[in-house]
Amino acid sequence: MSETNSVTKKWVRLTSISNIPLREGRVVQIAGRDIAIFNLGNRFLALENKCPHRGGPLADGIVSGGNVVCPLHAWKIDLATGEAVNRTDNPPCAKTFPARLENGVVSIEIAIADSNEAQISTNCIVSTSPGPYLNGNASSEV
Amino acid sequence: MRDIVRGQRIFSVQQLLDIYGNGLGCEVCKPALSYMMDVVWCGDHDEDRSARYINDRVHANIQKDGTFSVVPRMRGGVTSAKELRRIADVAEKYNVPMVKVTGSQRIDLLGVKKADLPKMWADLGMSSGQAYTKGVRMVKTCVGTDFCRFGVQDSTKAGIELERRLEHLFTPAKVKMGAVGCPRNCAEATVKDIGIVGQEGRWQVVVGGAAGKKVRKADLLITVESTEEALQAATLFFQYYRENANFLERTYDFIERVGISKVRRETVYAPLATQQGLRERLRKSKRIARDAWLEGDEPRHPTQFVQIEPLEKVYQ
Repeated sequence: MSETNSVTKKWVRLTSISNIPLREGRVVQIAGRDIAIFNLGNRFLALENKCPHRGGPLADGIVSGGNVVCPLHAWKIDLATGEAVNRTDNPPCAKTFPARLENGVVSIEIAIADSNEAQISTNCIVSTSPGPYLNGNASSEV
Repeated sequence: MRDIVRGQRIFSVQQLLDIYGNGLGCEVCKPALSYMMDVVWCGDHDEDRSARYINDRVHANIQKDGTFSVVPRMRGGVTSAKELRRIADVAEKYNVPMVKVTGSQRIDLLGVKKADLPKMWADLGMSSGQAYTKGVRMVKTCVGTDFCRFGVQDSTKAGIELERRLEHLFTPAKVKMGAVGCPRNCAEATVKDIGIVGQEGRWQVVVGGAAGKKVRKADLLITVESTEEALQAATLFFQYYRENANFLERTYDFIERVGISKVRRETVYAPLATQQGLRERLRKSKRIARDAWLEGDEPRHPTQFVQIEPLEKVYQ
């Protein structure tokens, strides 16, 4: 992903809050990326639907307070920061997006690059190197 | 905890968390409490889907790439040419990347998109094999007396009947069963959670077997003469395990913790009233239990299976 000089941020309306059940996540695809939106009752949070461990679908995880637990190998991801809170090995974060609610519709803020490729901003400090397992062969741990 | 839930008539996990917890719960306690609600109220509770694993929210087993697997119920592992043709048609129609015969004598359709699940279930016209949940998985059977030269009991028919009586129910951990028509044990009943082993003129009912991470020969629960008695003994143990095991505790750990003599004393050798109580609660649960795949037509939530389209497109 190459950064360009002219990046514009844009709020994009994703879906009605009635589509996201309480304490669950749902996926909306935008700019070629799967965004997981979570309904925590008092707030809605959005992050990329991709666990930093092995790419598990976070929207399918169980919500645990302000975290979601990945359904594949139980990495616990902070929905607000994207950090893996039950890991001590300083793993990469999941990408998060600013989200807001307007007239019953959830919107997220994404950055659109002035290039052919839409860029998505992140408020999480993401390591640029892939995680230790991202490209490795997954063993059959359950 | 169960007494509190029963006494104060608490019907949902969230209600319990609000009153006695921090209102939030976690990924460990919520599925456990969810099972407890099910067993305390014999299924007549307010099921909170957000407290359950994804497998139980969409009735399929999540795979490493986020797709799901579909295993239709094929009681006793018996199928027909017509059914196999239908499964093959479904596999082709939905471009199923892998069709696999499982160790439980079922057919697994792997690599299915969540959004395709309800359509596939409808096309299959079969009920959920529950291969994704802490519940009744299967009864594996051998060919019994119809064709086998050695079979002395009709294990195929008995296994199918056992599966019918228990299917669609939830359990603390998965329950795998087996029914064999002779001690040669072709369907491996002696390493199943519950097994019935046919012998000349009698059945042995065995419990707590395993052939997984742990290998354990099942303990003898009782020896009985008729098939009906064998099924009764098996279902009695089944309900006792449902009510007394810890969540995620397989029968082989449960038996070792409790001891087979106590299990015998409190099930097949228990006073009649105790047995009747177990049977009545099992009957109540069974009355309420339904094929989870019926939700394909009547989803619990409008976006349970569908991919949500964004209100606004971002053009690249």
